[in-house]
Amino acid sequence: MSVAANPTGLSTAEARSDSLNIKWFTCDIPRATLKELMRRKDGPALWNFALWLVFLLGSGYLAFRCYGTWWALPAFLLYGTIYSSSDARWHECQHGTAFKTRWINELFYEVSSFMTIREASLWRWSHSRHHTHTIIVDYDPEIQVTRPADLLKIVCDFLYLYSGPIEIKRIALHAFGILTPAEQDYIPLVARRRTIRSSQIYLLIVLTVIASSVALKSFLPILFVWTPRFYGGWLHQLCGLTQHAGLAENVYDHRKSTRTVYMNPVYRFLYMNMNYHIEHHMFPTVPYFSLPELHESIKSQMPQPYAGIIDVYKEIVPGLIRQSHDRNYYVVREVPA
Amino acid sequence: MNRIDNTAIESESDLEWVEVCPASEIDVEDVRRFDHGSSTFAIYRTVGGYYASDGWCTHEEALLSDGLVLDDVIECPLHNGRFHIPTGEALSPPVCINLKTYPIRIDNGTLKLGLSQHRS
Repeated sequence: MSVAANPTGLSTAEARSDSLNIKWFTCDIPRATLKELMRRKDGPALWNFALWLVFLLGSGYLAFRCYGTWWALPAFLLYGTIYSSSDARWHECQHGTAFKTRWINELFYEVSSFMTIREASLWRWSHSRHHTHTIIVDYDPEIQVTRPADLLKIVCDFLYLYSGPIEIKRIALHAFGILTPAEQDYIPLVARRRTIRSSQIYLLIVLTVIASSVALKSFLPILFVWTPRFYGGWLHQLCGLTQHAGLAENVYDHRKSTRTVYMNPVYRFLYMNMNYHIEHHMFPTVPYFSLPELHESIKSQMPQPYAGIIDVYKEIVPGLIRQSHDRNYYVVREVPA
Repeated sequence: MNRIDNTAIESESDLEWVEVCPASEIDVEDVRRFDHGSSTFAIYRTVGGYYASDGWCTHEEALLSDGLVLDDVIECPLHNGRFHIPTGEALSPPVCINLKTYPIRIDNGTLKLGLSQHRS
């Protein structure tokens, strides 16, 4: 791994002109092996989601019992952290790879989308664009750190304080049928009605929760819905920032714009193996539970994976500080020839 | 001769039957790319038989031959959009436009793709 100021990627204009003829780099892997890795199953995700729901309900019950005491602080932090991993579940279900059975996948997609404050229909299209144009400036609507890096925004998002209100505002606008020009660009006409309808449902649920808080004269109801995504969002931001932050823009090689990081089993469970992020971008049809095996199959063609979160942040922190005043700077990843 | 029609877009006399490959070369629940002239096709083998469609996803540029066959559904390798293989119907976002399908038949163990002689 090296850190250098050496802008060799395509300019945005070049990337734009090239966008109709995109040729992403992919590692060599035998079709039979890939086919086996792409195979869908219900078992792994049923266990994962069941365990997650047990932890979610258990920590929620603990937080409820501790409410009114100082013990509520760690209890709600635990609940919020587990709640916020709904974002990883939203992501996997969005790809349709979590479960083999389609309706189970869609059910959890809708539930986790609501929990993580990502309107289900809109984000399906947004995330498709992210996979087509990963970190291609002006094309990818999900670039987490645009240059020059806004450090305050990045820090605020450890509590979802920057992106969260934006999502809530979008949902409110969509509920009234208002879509921005950018959203109209990537959401086809046939899907807009669904975006508006699901935004209205989200708003209705949240207003009901707020009303129940008022009626009960208690913060408890609102502490369990949506707000956990803020006070418990730290781990999701900690893991999510490792995906692309500080790396090259406008390159059609995920190995240069994306990271694979080894993480402990707890983080991997909550994050649904998205630490294998290069592999996920290169082969998005491979389910989360097969990513470790995919990683083993192609790692000789990949840059050196990071040893852990601390290893990545030794690179990300100085890299983003530099990018906050030098928009041409990025981390150069050494890839096998 | 084992004949498997999956579409009735042309009458028999309008079709040019183009040799693809030995039928046994495609595994059950798999898909293969086939190029002919300037066109690219996807040739499928499901439990129900052989089928053919345009080779590119109708959403964005991705080769369906890199995708996954799940029963009678092909899943695009880029965004996981799904099509019903026998009819080409777009089943789930982000695909909205149906795939064009083509007739295919097995002639003495060889797969043949039926293409319109008046194709643009």
